[in-house]
Amino acid sequence: MTAVLPESPPDTDAGRFGPFGGRYVPETLIPALDELEEAYASAMRDRAFRADLDGLLRDFVGRPSALTEAPRFSMLVGARVLLKREDLNHTGAHKINNTIGQALLARRMGKTRIIAETGAGQHGVATATICARFGLECVVYMGEEDMRRQALNVFRMKLLGATVVPVTSGTRTLKDATTEAIRDWVTNVGATHYIIGSVVGPAPYPRMVRDFQRIIGDEARAQVLALTGRLPRAVVACVGGGSNAMGIFHPFVQDADVELIGVEAAGEGISTGRHSATLSVGTPGVLHGALSMLLQDAAGQVHPAHSVSAGLDYPGVGPEHAWLKTRGRAEYVAVDDRDALEGVRILSRLEGIIPALETAHAIAWMASAKGRWKSDEPVLLCVSGRGDKDVAQISTLEGFTP
Amino acid sequence: MASASVTISADALTARFDALRRQNRRALVCYLTAGHPDPATSLALVRGVAAAGADVIELGVPFSDPLADGPVIQASSQRALDHHMTLDGTLALARDAKVDVPLVLFTYLNPLIAAGPDVLERASRAGISGLLVTDLPVGADAEREAWVGASPLAFVRLVAPTTPSERMVEIARHGSGFVYLISRLGVTGVSASVPAELPATVARLKATTTLPVCVGFGISTPGQAREIGRIADGVVVGSALVAAAGRSTDEAIALVRSLRAALDEG
Repeated sequence: MTAVLPESPPDTDAGRFGPFGGRYVPETLIPALDELEEAYASAMRDRAFRADLDGLLRDFVGRPSALTEAPRFSMLVGARVLLKREDLNHTGAHKINNTIGQALLARRMGKTRIIAETGAGQHGVATATICARFGLECVVYMGEEDMRRQALNVFRMKLLGATVVPVTSGTRTLKDATTEAIRDWVTNVGATHYIIGSVVGPAPYPRMVRDFQRIIGDEARAQVLALTGRLPRAVVACVGGGSNAMGIFHPFVQDADVELIGVEAAGEGISTGRHSATLSVGTPGVLHGALSMLLQDAAGQVHPAHSVSAGLDYPGVGPEHAWLKTRGRAEYVAVDDRDALEGVRILSRLEGIIPALETAHAIAWMASAKGRWKSDEPVLLCVSGRGDKDVAQISTLEGFTP
Repeated sequence: MASASVTISADALTARFDALRRQNRRALVCYLTAGHPDPATSLALVRGVAAAGADVIELGVPFSDPLADGPVIQASSQRALDHHMTLDGTLALARDAKVDVPLVLFTYLNPLIAAGPDVLERASRAGISGLLVTDLPVGADAEREAWVGASPLAFVRLVAPTTPSERMVEIARHGSGFVYLISRLGVTGVSASVPAELPATVARLKATTTLPVCVGFGISTPGQAREIGRIADGVVVGSALVAAAGRSTDEAIALVRSLRAALDEG
């Protein structure tokens, strides 16, 4: 028996989630955002567009992604853990779901040049991949610090024909890569489409990216129902900007009995100030075009984030997550670097799946939540990406010698 | 809504543009990053630039993530932040400068929100006449736009080369003091030449508003200022001045004098 939540109050402004979201951008970008919003709305009503998208997701990405039982991890957690395998997608993470949708839109709008920001490099690789497939020029902004941490992904992007621009300002991570991508867009707005990689940025991005990622949750909901005959007790996902989490949460938001749990990066520990736990300890603020929760000081300067995982190393978060938290619909917890590294080991050894460091935060939290659920209750975990990109970094951190 | 102070703060800007119009002169609007290159020099710069012939000074509040700014203003913001400059520090700078040139607070939205709901009144008391918020375009946030609109400050709005004419009407209707026309696509920074389509954009904008139109982004030389002065009511010089200020106060003041002379020669 599933209770259904009342619909949230209708948004008077489609670009907002309660008070969060909006379009806080330089004037130059307003017409481009209007154009994008119109193109997106018309594309979603267009059967041919949907067919193109569905075809690529099936034949190019390999969707639907599997739902995998995790019997040994389930013993550890004390629940029936079901893994939604976004790690099995082409390019190794959920990011490709969104880049295909946006690249199709860009083509529909007649844009010939694509720009993107990337943290861990997964979104950059997914963007470079679809640009290669469509013959679009691709420029990816990446913080210098992240290029060091994720050298393999830099090489993959270059192999795919993309230009990777090192960002040397500020913290030299995802935050500054995003800022630099916006500067490029303001400068080259005519022929350029900016493929934002998460549910962040000005409207319509947070909603649009969520809609391109909701396929994770739509598939998983049907798969869990088919396998277990019921809805999951809880849905768990890691949250940086929050796109895999928003994608898997969305189809469950109206199911009040399904717990939604987002796991942020506590970095070196929340008390140290070196973390990325925006929803856990952030305050409302405006960054990269949206009002959301933000890590900032009393004067409104953005506080540098920190995480061992480049994909979670971001001081903001998607505005819809801020709204889900404010409404009490989703719960957000945080896991530190050390436990996340242990999360990689846990899933690798117990299930034969090496997860991305980002996903490992959610794994580590579940391992710590033993007793929260009954052993026969299904709990859905989004394996947002695979860990191949992280093994070099982890082996260095561990001082590994063969 | 309209208290006595409403008239006082915003009117300094209007009075300045009215005077310029009567004299058939063009406005020289000078941007300085507050606290750059350090707080003491910044104060000297505001006074020096005012004395050298600026009609309006925009005081830029440094922000950690200046997404509309090019390398020069980014670097100046970082230097100012290294000196712990804040929005409140910028208001203190305005108060201490005691210049008779109207001051416009130039900021990103986040530091403005963080400064609290009474910040606009505090700015007015510190001698600020107008407010320009880089990332608060018309229609973005009715509540916060109404907050600024009801304040004692003039609300300077931006128009871009991409702005359609019907939106220009909206922007002009919701702005006061003057309209800031961005000369070209892109972020702040110097350019080699004035964009060819600029005169047409200025004409399109002037057809929609009686507010003075000042053109900024990419203007760095007396020659460019003179060229803009022939089509618009004023020019805004930012990155070139900030770069000069980073080298020496004298160089910044010399640049303002040369721009003033070029504008007045027409």
